[in-house]
Amino acid sequence: MDKPFAITLDPGSSLANRTGSWRTFKPLYLDRLPPCNAACPAGENIQGWLFHAESGDYEAAWRALTENNPLPAIMGRVCYHPCQGACNRQNIDSSVGINAVERFLGDEAIKRGWAFPKPANKSGKRVLVVGAGPSGLSAAYHLARLGHEVEIHEAGPYAGGMMRFGIPQYRLPRDVLNAEVKRILDLGVVLRLDTKVSNIQDSMQAGQFDAAFLAVGAHIGKRAFIPAGDATKIVDAVSVLRSMEGEDKPMLGRRVVVYGGGNTAIDVARTVKRLGASEAIIVYRRTREKAPAHDFEIEEALQEGVMVKWLSTIKQAGEGEITIEKMALDDKGFPQPTGEFETLAADSVVLALGQDVDLSLLDGLPGLELKDGTVQVNQNMMTGHPGIFAGGDMVPSERTVTVAVGHGKKAAHHIDAWLRGETYAPPPKHEIASFDKLNPWYYTEAPHMVRPTLDIIRRQSTFEEVQGGLDENNALFEARRCLSCGNCFECDNCYGVCPDNAVIKLGPGKRFEFNYDYCKGCGVCAAECPCGAIKMMPEEN
Amino acid sequence: MSFQPIKFYQTGTFTVGNRLLAPEERSVQASDKRYNSINSGHRACQGCGEALGARYAIDAAMEATQGQLICANATGCLEVFSTPYPETSWQIPWVHSLFGNTAAVATGIAAALKVKQKKGERNPAIRVVAQGGDGGTTDIGFGCLSGMFERNDDVLYICYDNGGYMNTGVQRSSATPPAARTATTMAVGSEPGNAFGQGKFVPAIAMAHEIPYVATATVADLRDLEAKVSRAMELRGARYIHILVPCPLGWGTASSETIKIARLAKETGLFPVFSAEYGEQKSALAIRQKLPVEDYLRPQKRYAHLFGKQPDVQVIAKLQALADRNIRKYNLLEGL
Amino acid sequence: MLKQMEGSRAVAEAIALCRPEVICAYPISPQTHIVEALGEMVKDATLGDCEYINVESEFAAMSVAIGASAAGARSYTATASQGLLYMVEAVYNASGLGLPIVMTVANRAIGAPINIWNDHSDSLSQRDSGWLQLFAETNQEALDLHIQAFKLAEELSLPIMVCMDGFILTHAYERVDMPTQQQVDQYLPPYEPRQVLDPAEPVSIGAMVGPEAFMEVRYLAHAKQMQALERIPQLAEEFQAVFGRDSGGLIRSYRTEDAETIIIAMGSVLGTIKDTVDAMREQGHKIGVLGITSFRPFPYAAVAAALKDCQRFVVLEKSLAVGGGGIVATDVRLACTGMGLQGHTVIAGLGGRAITVKSLTALFEKACAGELELNTFLDLDWKAVNKQLEREKQVRRSGPIAENLLRDAGVVAARNY
Ligand SMILES: Cc1cc2nc3c(=O)[nH]c(=O)nc-3n(C[C@H](O)[C@H](O)[C@H](O)COP(=O)(O)OP(=O)(O)OC[C@H]3O[C@@H](n4cnc5c(N)ncnc54)[C@H](O)[C@@H]3O)c2cc1C
Ligand SMILES: Cc1ncc(C[n+]2csc(CCOP(=O)(O)OP(=O)(O)O)c2C)c(N)n1
Ligand code: SF4
Ligand SMILES: [Mg+2]
Repeated sequence: MDKPFAITLDPGSSLANRTGSWRTFKPLYLDRLPPCNAACPAGENIQGWLFHAESGDYEAAWRALTENNPLPAIMGRVCYHPCQGACNRQNIDSSVGINAVERFLGDEAIKRGWAFPKPANKSGKRVLVVGAGPSGLSAAYHLARLGHEVEIHEAGPYAGGMMRFGIPQYRLPRDVLNAEVKRILDLGVVLRLDTKVSNIQDSMQAGQFDAAFLAVGAHIGKRAFIPAGDATKIVDAVSVLRSMEGEDKPMLGRRVVVYGGGNTAIDVARTVKRLGASEAIIVYRRTREKAPAHDFEIEEALQEGVMVKWLSTIKQAGEGEITIEKMALDDKGFPQPTGEFETLAADSVVLALGQDVDLSLLDGLPGLELKDGTVQVNQNMMTGHPGIFAGGDMVPSERTVTVAVGHGKKAAHHIDAWLRGETYAPPPKHEIASFDKLNPWYYTEAPHMVRPTLDIIRRQSTFEEVQGGLDENNALFEARRCLSCGNCFECDNCYGVCPDNAVIKLGPGKRFEFNYDYCKGCGVCAAECPCGAIKMMPEEN
Repeated sequence: MSFQPIKFYQTGTFTVGNRLLAPEERSVQASDKRYNSINSGHRACQGCGEALGARYAIDAAMEATQGQLICANATGCLEVFSTPYPETSWQIPWVHSLFGNTAAVATGIAAALKVKQKKGERNPAIRVVAQGGDGGTTDIGFGCLSGMFERNDDVLYICYDNGGYMNTGVQRSSATPPAARTATTMAVGSEPGNAFGQGKFVPAIAMAHEIPYVATATVADLRDLEAKVSRAMELRGARYIHILVPCPLGWGTASSETIKIARLAKETGLFPVFSAEYGEQKSALAIRQKLPVEDYLRPQKRYAHLFGKQPDVQVIAKLQALADRNIRKYNLLEGL
Repeated sequence: MLKQMEGSRAVAEAIALCRPEVICAYPISPQTHIVEALGEMVKDATLGDCEYINVESEFAAMSVAIGASAAGARSYTATASQGLLYMVEAVYNASGLGLPIVMTVANRAIGAPINIWNDHSDSLSQRDSGWLQLFAETNQEALDLHIQAFKLAEELSLPIMVCMDGFILTHAYERVDMPTQQQVDQYLPPYEPRQVLDPAEPVSIGAMVGPEAFMEVRYLAHAKQMQALERIPQLAEEFQAVFGRDSGGLIRSYRTEDAETIIIAMGSVLGTIKDTVDAMREQGHKIGVLGITSFRPFPYAAVAAALKDCQRFVVLEKSLAVGGGGIVATDVRLACTGMGLQGHTVIAGLGGRAITVKSLTALFEKACAGELELNTFLDLDWKAVNKQLEREKQVRRSGPIAENLLRDAGVVAARNY
């Protein structure tokens, strides 16, 4: 075309004008730490595995999940999901049902027989893990994947620790537990059952172990002094629950009083109810709000007919009845006796007042430091004795399966480094993608998917699992409720909203790049990024 | 509904794209093969809503015509920032003639195409779009616009409404909203800002021409905007789309807030988003979270005089009444 | 083929033979008959493959033509007077963009006072708009000039106004030789636009140009018009070869051999002037006529050459640069700078005032006698003018001039203020 001078121009020639020079602020892509991830004691990259689940690639999701936690089917049932408590979505409608999706993935893995990849290279080092509870299993899993030879010595007849001998079947079916334990053992982890370690140094020497991870849990039921006649049966909760796994079910009578306000008290009361007790009464000295048990568990127990005497202590246990004293909270919220009494019919009293750690295997171990009946460890999970690490219920921290799993993973990394004469430096944590960093407009309204619950009759008489799982549709939906806080999920917003076409789309999975030649730094991309994965930074000069 | 909302995919149709959607359900802007009809290097202010709106709309029209588009552009910011000699940002055949004649120029192009296509001298798929600012559309270009409508010429006219003559330094147009400060409706005197009871809403006037298609949109609802452009391109004859495009400079807003402000205009009901065919309303984009007009007004310096030490509750109430009337009139709460 | 027909019809048929592709129409006398005729031809399909658009204003008419032309269509419109002024912004734009639109201007006075009759004020007001302006003397020439105009405009990528006197030509029934389609096709090739809006080769037309290149753009437009000075005579020759008729060109001399006095004019008045000159020649006056066909570009060299042997010239023009004087005269004077000629300006025929042989004879005799003033307002009613001027000296606010004059002339009843 014979173009007239100046008034007719070639297409797109404005590329010669580098408007990037206008910029005073510069957008940067970044990954912020999703609050769920930050809250997960097991260090799961929740947003990361949900990302795969969202696209229906459950195996990829499961694999991403099990990078950190080898027990998703268990976690999806028993974890108290602090992640959901931190989830940003609760500011929109309600938290993402992370736990439910995790369970779906765990069940899916069992159903499809997904296995862990075998470790590529062997380190030639041997590590002893004491205790096959969640913490020990987790450590064994990670150590094995890091190429170490792992042997678990377990005192009991089965693996699982409190997941088997504490948590009742109606919350955690044993086939699920068995399947996830087996998958770890399939990695080549050796499990020696009925092998109580009575002296750690001896065991290490005998087995020529280079390091040890102790995870013996806390199994000794705490006692409280209750004046009682011989006739009253007083037992502790852990033994009751443990005996549920044996041949002989515990004989507690028709009216059972459970003393305590934690989750163990609830589990025992609900178990007793299922065993046929006409009355299962929890006696707790403080109020429901103050009880350590999770409210949803209390609720479930109440639904099943468990009764609770709040603000009460047991004064005395007599023949077929007990005396309780009413308490009142003082200004500081502590229960104080009121001098008001009441009697309750009771065939037995179950004490659920917490557990102590059996530390006998550590007798005489040099360098060890104990505190309040637990073993002190440093930030690398190592005890005062070099090469001996510990985690789970036996160290001071919150006592949950999830924390125990987290300890196992953490310890495994440090043991691995220690074995190589190094120290393990975890990657630095990103800043948290708090809700104010998000632009919630972009997420669709999506109600939380509710998991099915077993009907009440069967909940009162059988040990069938109470809570069902999500089906695939629901799980997918639930996964897609994830806001992907702080992590690009390729919604194309930055790419679309840039008035200057200064964002380059790199293709699926590759995210985006700024074209700073043209980016004027208006900040629309950062403002309209739904998930807070863009930050505006002042230009240097 | 003006467009088929996507069933739940985390972000539905709110984000530009969504990796979970089937390709055919994705927005034009989400594609790495989008036309970028207006390319980088243009001289619009940082965060210019008009630059954004133009890319959204013209790329959608390009998509609808598979790249067979000719565009006529009125004088105004869009023209000035996109084609200062020796550079143009346009990658499509584009012509700028004058401030007030764009609809007529487009009519001419359409007429030429009709003849040339009949003679087999030009690709029969080529279509015409005209575009201009609110001043170029609702004021000086209104005669030509109405003529184009009335003759039902095969032109899609797109008005980028930033509520004033921005290119000449933010003066009042007939699309400037009441109470807004402009350089010719200063925030002084007993009734500061633009007067109430004036101005015109051209989409309604366009509807009165009973042309095949009239729609409003904002830069905050990309999918809706694109759906409207593509619907418009399905039809023949005169079509009109009026897009609200915030102007950081003229409105006194942060450059990063362009989309947010447009969203607030829609969510408060001050700017009704709807479509109409042959003079009858066909759809309304429902308000998701109804907000008081104050939320929209407060971040904008052009309304700063309403929020002195004492908010001017009376004027705010009058603006709220306008929003409420829109909501009633166009069914904005339920949607259509 | 020889036909007796109205000038407007003749032009319309000629336009149709040029195979226009887009025609924009807006009514204004005295141009209306042209577009009416074209409208009918498009509607009954005698003019095929053409879009005929009834626009809502002249501004739109020119704008539609701009769009159509930029999209590669041969585009035509017609207007006059107020209509031309209403489209002015677009008139400048069409030339600035270099779009070869052809427009008939049926010359008519400009209001206020509103007046529908002929003079040249309208197109001459667009002297500097960048358009070429060709003035027709007869209906035959009007017809022929349109055919030449399309060819010239498209070669140069510049728009052209073909100016013909309103009513005097547009509404006059005369005999014209209407060419055949074959002749026109032979002469006028299909339009091949220099620049076109086409997705196959996208460009941005109509950029904003700043101080760094604006002068050059303007100079290039000027240079184009200078090129036209060469092309116009050639096109007239080519025209003659195909149509067998001498038509067009830059200027046209009539009986100027040995003339001492040359009368210069544009348009139909040349006919009356020639009649007058014929009579005066018979009486022995050494007088001739120079018709200017191309007012823009102005043929300075050709005019100077045509005047080189005379002693004086009289520019008789139907336009007045109020506060200045003649418009055409200014250009003619410039053309013969330094030639030592006596030049006179005669403003005549404004708003349709008749220009009679009688008045012209008296005027020319005076000129030949060397007694003509520098500026003459032909047949001006000095009585009425002087009376008004007198009145205005006394009362500063004396009411609208036109009404007062008419009252003095007894056309409207006097009203008391
Ligand atoms: C009734 C009950 C319900 C609970 N419910 C939940 C719940 O829903 N969610 C949750 O997160 N947490 C729950 N917990 C807490 C949770 O079970 C524990 O925090 C967790 O199991 C601790 O894991 P661990 O690996 O440290 O120890 P454990 O699980 O206690 O495992 C320790 C293992 O070490 C073995 N062992 C002990 N001593 C030796 C030795 N000397 N040699 C070899 N082996 C030894 C034990 O036999 C045992 O198998 C519950 C606890 C109880 C009691
Ligand atoms: C006939 C005419 N009058 C006035 C102007 C000056 N002018 C150029 S752009 C403009 C304002 C444009 O306003 P609008 O159409 O709303 O577009 P915006 O710049 O706001 O995008 C004005 C008044 C002009 N170019 N032409
Ligand atoms: S003044 Fe407003 S409309 Fe014009 S370029 Fe700047 S932001 Fe865009
Ligand atoms: Mg504007």
